[in-house]
Amino acid sequence: MRSAVIVFPGSNCDRDLAVAIREVTGREPAMVWHRETELPDGVGLIALPGGFSYGDYLRSGAMAARSPIMRAVADAAGRGVPVLGVCNGFQVLTEAGLLPGALMRNAGLAFVCRDVALTVENSQSIFTNRYDAGETIRIPVAHHDGNYQADAETLDRLEGEGRVAFRYAEDVNGSARSIAGIINEAGNVLGMMPHPERLMEAAQGGTDGRRLFEGLLEAVA
Amino acid sequence: MKTRVYVTLKGGVLDPQGKAIHHALEGLGFSGINDVRAGKLIELDLDEGVAEADVDAMCRKLLANTVIENYRIERGS
Repeated sequence: MRSAVIVFPGSNCDRDLAVAIREVTGREPAMVWHRETELPDGVGLIALPGGFSYGDYLRSGAMAARSPIMRAVADAAGRGVPVLGVCNGFQVLTEAGLLPGALMRNAGLAFVCRDVALTVENSQSIFTNRYDAGETIRIPVAHHDGNYQADAETLDRLEGEGRVAFRYAEDVNGSARSIAGIINEAGNVLGMMPHPERLMEAAQGGTDGRRLFEGLLEAVA
Repeated sequence: MKTRVYVTLKGGVLDPQGKAIHHALEGLGFSGINDVRAGKLIELDLDEGVAEADVDAMCRKLLANTVIENYRIERGS
């Protein structure tokens, strides 16, 4: 499967994400610079990496969301191509309007960098089919702006439609209803603050992240 | 022409930075502070021909995230 990792100035998890995707697909993803206007032909998976695009100027993800490549990403998402945004990638997806809500400064104001317990809320999505609903997994987070906020109506809709993929099982950043990751209405865009690409093999302390990529590959192959 | 855009958090939105500033002010011995909200001021130097509607579009498309923020435009001379 052809896949693409979008690279913004200030991205710093792009190579980790590329390695994770290569591990499960057996194929090197295209690294697509944010100034590009087109994605590779027949792209079957798009990933937006973590990092600090544009130094988090204005708001985290705000500048990156207006990059030329994001128009192509939005078009592809509209056609049903799976899009995974991790950490800064999640912030970019909300700023681009591909996911609802916003990610604000952590409630405790501190940068949080540690393994956190997550509850898998929805195991039916293309991203989460290798997990069991209600299962607790541990995935590292590393962010300053991970405090997910949206109005009550949006939160109710996300929960009612099973679009909360992951919830924090502990206090991490003040996110509304402990939301750690959400899926768009069509089910093909996932944004999450924790970093699944950092848990691909036992040497990294576990493989809870690997299952996301394996399940995704199985769902779209 | 100088134009100022004030970006502020919407009323119901929690402002951890404002809270921290509030605590710091009280730590310095200032009293009588009921609440602190932190926002942004963005100054634009614009050609005369730039219409108010264009500035409004700039705010909606980039300067403010209307999910969580309000903005106010102040046109100078």
